[in-house]
Amino acid sequence: MGEIWEGLMAGLWLVVTLDPDLVEITLRSLQVTLTAVVIGSAIALPFGAWLAIRRFRHRRATIALLNALMGLPPVVVGLIVYLLLSRSGPFGVLGLLFTPTAMIIAQVIIITPLIASIAHQSIRDIWSEYHDLLISLSTTKRQRIATLIWDGRRALMTASLAGFGRAIGEVGAIMIVGGNIDHATRVLTTAIALETGKGDFALALGLGFVLIGLAIAVNVATHMIGRTESDGKW
Amino acid sequence: MVTSILPLKMSGAVVKRRGKTLLGPVDLTVSQTGFTIVMGPNGAGKTTLLRALHGLERLSGGQVQWQIPLRDTLQRQAFVFQTPIMMRRSVRDNLAYPLILHGTPKAAAYALAADWAGRIGLGRALDQQAPQLSGGEKQKLALARALMRSPDILFLDEPCANLDGRAIREIEAILKSAQAGGTRILMATHDIGQARRLASDVVFLMHGKIIEMAAADAFFGAPKTPQAAALLNGDIVE
Ligand SMILES: Nc1ncnc2c1ncn2[C@@H]1O[C@H](COP(=O)(O)OP(=O)(O)O)[C@@H](O)[C@H]1O
Ligand SMILES: [Mg+2]
Repeated sequence: MGEIWEGLMAGLWLVVTLDPDLVEITLRSLQVTLTAVVIGSAIALPFGAWLAIRRFRHRRATIALLNALMGLPPVVVGLIVYLLLSRSGPFGVLGLLFTPTAMIIAQVIIITPLIASIAHQSIRDIWSEYHDLLISLSTTKRQRIATLIWDGRRALMTASLAGFGRAIGEVGAIMIVGGNIDHATRVLTTAIALETGKGDFALALGLGFVLIGLAIAVNVATHMIGRTESDGKW
Repeated sequence: MVTSILPLKMSGAVVKRRGKTLLGPVDLTVSQTGFTIVMGPNGAGKTTLLRALHGLERLSGGQVQWQIPLRDTLQRQAFVFQTPIMMRRSVRDNLAYPLILHGTPKAAAYALAADWAGRIGLGRALDQQAPQLSGGEKQKLALARALMRSPDILFLDEPCANLDGRAIREIEAILKSAQAGGTRILMATHDIGQARRLASDVVFLMHGKIIEMAAADAFFGAPKTPQAAALLNGDIVE
């Protein structure tokens, strides 16, 4: 009991004093995850919107595939990315294994289907609401897509936030492809796993507080986006 | 002189869905002026008929012919749906949307939107989110959005179905002034009183077919079919 209490206090202390290790690890986490979210969103948001509007031959199969990809175990994604990037793998010459880039690649693969799926659902909802009106007003395809994306902008942001939430807390894949190397690829989740294993609860808990804080921030942001929707602020 | 898009001729029109015939065959000519009321029991095909005329339904047979090429009629028609479609935007942006879509400068569109919002009693709600309006306000907004473009023809699908007396009175007043301003109107309704107040002529539908079509005086004075007589008598028709 006493040990846990001491750990909590020491962890809080690290957060309050902006411990250099803790700050470095937090910033790297944010850098990796935000990059992955930007890339993932750039792929997933237009794709999700397109999937909601276009009728094409293998649409249902594509949606099913998307949902299946969303359920991919991150550890398996890590394994696959590892094999692709390892020295004997097809992309081995790039030397990306155990770099932040490898972690970004793994996170993009994990969150892109999630963001696309949420984007697809929200745009599809708006499309079914607006369908008759937009057809009746004889809108062009381009105008329809612009209208749906604009009126769905909050839902699309929520989709990206969900991707961020998933990526920032993910540990299995980035452990495998990043290697949790100090001052190189160590991020919040992998550091917590390591420090806990070593019995250094202070740093583990301090990093845990940061991670919880980020998760709460994502939820608050999502909630506030919903609020601005009903208030019509933007 | 601008060529009128009317009369509109529908001939032999059939709408099928999954092998089931929802409408037709229907022959109907919509003359240049007037206020046509489409009546008939639930499921008679009123909605399908209006949507087919407007071009929202794919015809399995027959055709709809305007006086000018179809492409050019689209900007000159408007449709008000039974359940008003509110965009997730402010009242102002809902009203201005179709105008901006078709090239009206934003400032002019907003000015006209403010003008129309005043006319429908939403002058002070311009910044409110449209999905949060009451049912009557939504329907008035949808109507204003349709009329703002001064369409040659306006289709309305039971616009007053879920509304109370006051909203109905306001909507009817707007419709009458639109008609006076030269807009041709086709409206489906369940409400016989409303039909009597507004109709210049009546189309009576059952089971997807027109069974009676007459000037309002003739229809309400001396209906030719027993079904229409029964409907006007307040009997249940199905
Ligand atoms: N999407 C649809 N799929 C299949 N049947 C439909 C669909 N929409 C309407 N119907 C059927 O078409 C017929 C005519 O419907 P509708 O035009 O809505 O009638 P009304 O507007 O007069 O109540 C009804 O029998 C209805 O059940
Ligand atoms: Mg109907």
